[in-house]
Amino acid sequence: MNTKKITFYKISLTLAVVFMIAVGCERDLSDDAIPATFSKTGEIYTDAFVSMGSDFYLPFAGSKPDAFSVDEQVGFQSNSSIRIDVPNAVDPTGNYAGAILRVDGAGRDLSGFNALTFWVKASRGVSVDAFGFGQDFLEDKYQVTANNVNVGTNWSKVTIPIPDPSKLVEERGAFWYAMGTQGTGGSGYIVWMDDIKFENLATVAQPRPAISNGEDAATSSFIGVNLAVTGLIETFNLASGLEQTITVAPSYYNFTASDPNVASVDALGNIAVAAAGTSVITATLAGIDAAGSLTINSQGNFQLPTTPTRDPANVISIFSDAYTNVPVDYYNGFWLPGSSTGSADFSVNGDHILNYTNFNYVGTQTANPLVDASSMTMVHFDLYIPGPVPNNFDFLISIEDWGPNGVDNGGDDSRQQIFVRRNQVVANSWVSIDAPLTLVNRDNIGLIIYENINFSSLRNFYIDNVYYYN
Amino acid sequence: MMNITLQKIHTKLIIRLGLLVAAAAVIFSCSPDDKQQVTTKNNLVWQDEFSVDGAPDPLIWGADLGNGEAQGIPGWGNEERQYYTDRPENVVVENGMLKITALKESFQGSDYTSGRVLTKGKYQKKFGRFEARIKLPWGQGLWPAFWMLGDDSNGAQAWPQIGEIDIMEYRGQEPTIVHGSMHGPGYSGGQAITKQYDLVTDRLDTDFHVYGIEWGPGYVNYYIDEVLYNQITPEDVTGDWVFDDHEFYIIMNVAVGGTFVGAPGLNTVYPQTMYVDYVRVYE
Repeated sequence: MNTKKITFYKISLTLAVVFMIAVGCERDLSDDAIPATFSKTGEIYTDAFVSMGSDFYLPFAGSKPDAFSVDEQVGFQSNSSIRIDVPNAVDPTGNYAGAILRVDGAGRDLSGFNALTFWVKASRGVSVDAFGFGQDFLEDKYQVTANNVNVGTNWSKVTIPIPDPSKLVEERGAFWYAMGTQGTGGSGYIVWMDDIKFENLATVAQPRPAISNGEDAATSSFIGVNLAVTGLIETFNLASGLEQTITVAPSYYNFTASDPNVASVDALGNIAVAAAGTSVITATLAGIDAAGSLTINSQGNFQLPTTPTRDPANVISIFSDAYTNVPVDYYNGFWLPGSSTGSADFSVNGDHILNYTNFNYVGTQTANPLVDASSMTMVHFDLYIPGPVPNNFDFLISIEDWGPNGVDNGGDDSRQQIFVRRNQVVANSWVSIDAPLTLVNRDNIGLIIYENINFSSLRNFYIDNVYYYN
Repeated sequence: MMNITLQKIHTKLIIRLGLLVAAAAVIFSCSPDDKQQVTTKNNLVWQDEFSVDGAPDPLIWGADLGNGEAQGIPGWGNEERQYYTDRPENVVVENGMLKITALKESFQGSDYTSGRVLTKGKYQKKFGRFEARIKLPWGQGLWPAFWMLGDDSNGAQAWPQIGEIDIMEYRGQEPTIVHGSMHGPGYSGGQAITKQYDLVTDRLDTDFHVYGIEWGPGYVNYYIDEVLYNQITPEDVTGDWVFDDHEFYIIMNVAVGGTFVGAPGLNTVYPQTMYVDYVRVYE
């Protein structure tokens, strides 16, 4: 058939029509054609790479590039394994090790397996940030991740179940990992992995998929809002009795909206709110009802904040669709332990809104590079409180300059506090906060922190148009 | 050899047909076989196929109720957490199966309910092949069992003197491992004579398996499916052998928590059900 298609492009339209008629007589042939099948090989590394091609190692940006090697002395019941030298946090060539192993060539048919397994040990006991498969730097359509996997100094076997093997008929994302030093005080270590392969294990059982992390979550929303189903996880029971929870890509699920006219959901779990009302998002995975749901309570039309009109030449923007934002490390650092604040950011007609949920305190970091606001005199925030404003509302914004040494808590930090009181905010409306910048040193601003003070019970709010100006 | 084949066949009709063949094989095969035979007793003398929906047949099954306090053994002597009831939520026959279900619910001061049925005073027997086809529950702290206690001569004798044969015990947190044990005077509780068998590549909670013993004078053989995994004889026990002189009755239950399994897990999923397809006794 390929030959014929190529022929189509090369001949004239008239000839093509004639030819198509001729081909039409051969339709039976194509009906009988055997569908293309892909390699059913499950092995990835069993003392050597198996059918991975030549260009299969693709490190993440920022990963120490030479962290990955093959160790010809150490192996699981052998003398060969993959060795990852996780660098020290201060290593200038990369402060972690992370990569995907992607089949160099056509994908594999993994539908006959139900788990990725491998043997692993480390030079010290460590909780490895992530192991998984299905990441291919293309769509990552069937990505699966096991987080915080305990690895000891003796070989042990890790089993990462496949949520729905029937989806993996042409998968290139054979394996991936990410290993840092957050849990080791910045000290590097070595991880060895061997016998990495897909297997079909009768002992992988009791699949329990979930959305919203298994909770029945609810959110206020508005016409035009786009948001996504989150908390996509599945827990399996392994032969050891271990309850293994994995993070699952949305493409494994079938999502359903109870009222698609209010809020519809697509195959990737993206929700679009179109009318006032209530729509409950639920899902199944491989025919099993997923625990948890997301109820969209659409209030109708959303009032967007007033679009800023200040001259971009006089603005350093941290978060706004009206300006080009400076590099921001994060809008929610998920500071643990302590911060309970989650994020449910959304966009309305192209205007992105930060939505902080279950709020106590949260920070936006601008450390790479630090913001030089020495030429700016003011700072602006647009703040929206959905639903009633708590009577004990008391809100503090802190702007932190990290001083000449540019280090957080480096001894020369300074901080400006901007208090937002109950009488400054209005329920279900945008209010603009404009405050003079009183920081003497403001050429190394690294953080903006929002927090509840005086036991304020504010839990949910929106932020937009955060910028310094003069 | 036909006996081994028999163990692999689960369809009831075929088993009945197979029995005829097996019986014939037993009668006509007199040459000694080097291979260990899983079962030798093939004359079906008693059974419950659980074919009538509702409560378990009252002519066969009674029930232990409560938390053991009334019997003078709170926690049933093992620090178990459940309160046994005979409500259909906990014990019911449905779709050809006995279902004993452990629930997490506040009930009569306990945090869990479950069920325990027994043939005490209704069907008791000395010696034979006792087996059941069971699909087990799972999760930290679940403790299902298919076991037997010796008749207590109307209270004249007490455990462990009466003897206990645990045909199947299992920890919900070890889904591939079955335990077979015997308790008697001098070898009870933590000193029981026991052996575990690990399926390694299969689990006990995802499908049915046949658990059984063959019990005769001076021996009890333990098997699961077609695997004979232990034999216990008077030489193995550290006390008197109390299994040759009186009848035993059958017990099936699901405990939650207890000394054998530890505390139930915070994330253990409920309800958890033990499904019993049949109980059969052969001679």
